[in-house]
Amino acid sequence: MSPPVIENLVWIAVAFAVVGVYLSWTAGRLDRLHTRMDAARAALDAQLVRRASVVLEVATSGALDPASSLVLYEAAHAARQAEEEQREVAESELSQALRAVFADADQVEVLKSAPGGVEAAEQLAAAVRRVPMARRFLNDAVRAARALRRHRKVRWFRLAGHAPFPLAFEMDDEPPADLADRPA
Amino acid sequence: MKIGIVCPYSWDVPGGVQFHIRDLAEHLIRLGHEVSVLAPADDETPLPPYVVSAGRAVPVPYNGSVARLNFGFLSAARVRRWLHDGVFDVIHIHEPASPSLGLLSCWAAQGPIVATFHTSNPRSRAMIAAYPILQPALEKISARIAVSEYARRTLVEHLGGDAVVIPNGVDVDFFAKADPKPEWGGQTLGFIGRIDEPRKGLPVLMAAFPRIVAECPDVRLLVAGRGDEEEAVASLPAELRSRVEFLGMVSDEDKARLLRSVDVYVAPNTGGESFGIILVEALSAGAAVLASDLDAFAQVLDQGAAGELFANEDADSLAAAAVALLRDPARRAELSARGSAHVRRFDWSTVGADILAVYETVTAGAAAVAADERVPLRTRLGFSREG
Repeated sequence: MSPPVIENLVWIAVAFAVVGVYLSWTAGRLDRLHTRMDAARAALDAQLVRRASVVLEVATSGALDPASSLVLYEAAHAARQAEEEQREVAESELSQALRAVFADADQVEVLKSAPGGVEAAEQLAAAVRRVPMARRFLNDAVRAARALRRHRKVRWFRLAGHAPFPLAFEMDDEPPADLADRPA
Repeated sequence: MKIGIVCPYSWDVPGGVQFHIRDLAEHLIRLGHEVSVLAPADDETPLPPYVVSAGRAVPVPYNGSVARLNFGFLSAARVRRWLHDGVFDVIHIHEPASPSLGLLSCWAAQGPIVATFHTSNPRSRAMIAAYPILQPALEKISARIAVSEYARRTLVEHLGGDAVVIPNGVDVDFFAKADPKPEWGGQTLGFIGRIDEPRKGLPVLMAAFPRIVAECPDVRLLVAGRGDEEEAVASLPAELRSRVEFLGMVSDEDKARLLRSVDVYVAPNTGGESFGIILVEALSAGAAVLASDLDAFAQVLDQGAAGELFANEDADSLAAAAVALLRDPARRAELSARGSAHVRRFDWSTVGADILAVYETVTAGAAAVAADERVPLRTRLGFSREG
């Protein structure tokens, strides 16, 4: 082979190597984003389960009036038992039930005055504040992963493999105002 | 919990972000956590035991002013060593988008990363150009914190995604329990901030001052902060200059006493504020606050319920509001009472609990922070079995 042909082949090889390294690096990025998303999803799941458990505890403690207790129990039970497709709706309904029951600041005082009520109110306040936090972190990760997965290089070279397209978790997570008093 | 905090600005230069990090670190240590802060610092500067120096910051022109930044191989190596030695459960990076330690740590780390965005710069050309460089680093952040709703909006607009809002913290009782100084009281206005930085708004206050004196002849203005005093009063008529008292740089204790003593604290800032920690400090000290109606200030002041707002850069509006406040002790007492109640949500006990809640959310079930080892080229190209 004549020298110009060898030179061309070398250049082509270099170009392939550069593209290969770039694609491998992008695949690494994507992998990291999927890991982050899985961690965020697990954290949200933990917070939602925790919220439902605290609500169940409050509902069955007898600290609140029977009607409020029943409303909370029903919503928390439904949220815990919900299938994956129904979960966003069930968790939103639990948020709405909490807002309805604790719409009155006096209701929070009633809870606090019961034996062990101060701790229960604190746990409930922590739980309803952490759910929106965890959900924002998850949806932020989902957005970043989706942005990268929509990119040409990822689609053409199938860098995402068989991982399902990431879905955001949409729910009403507005906490009751009197329970979680924080600036917006 | 083992927590690593990254401070992007020199520890030896006083500034809002540095103070925030110092207070946060000390608050977390008091709660029994292990905290290490990585910050740029001169080698001679005495550092608190929890601070690790990342070397001296280099002054470079960046984003319209001279910023002191850390970059290059040496800084990157120090960041890596700190991450490696620390074995942190979570690292908390401040200002991850600034080309300094924040960005370097983002590059170098993997695992649970929390980031706080303090400034809310309007979208700049550099930011758009840098987007492809920033994105791979910023997408490692598991949880973003914005210091105000305004900062969150600009963050979402520039970088997409979402953030939780956790305001900056203040030790409310430190200010609430300071002793007022009698000679700083009695028809006084207070101003704290750099005198020669126009964005802090002293020129607006100086323009309004003759009108305030015309209505309230006993009024005095107390100014604390660095800068050229002669130049600051140059626009005032000579007979009024004696009514302006310059205190120079003041200690934290004197700042608290000043805020406790003045009748009205004026914050005439014209822009560039994403939070307004000084307003929170003034509210903690029980001062009646009069501030320009910047988004960030209006939010701290609960849309005007916890302090008066005037039209930004409008000296007439400032003068009218200041005169009304100086003449009405009942209104000042009302604002002070409402401010003291409102400011509790900015106390470290509340803010620290929220930040810890973020740490706990991102660390639940995750591995510790580690240095992000670069994959060897051999593995990348598929020549190695372990790949």
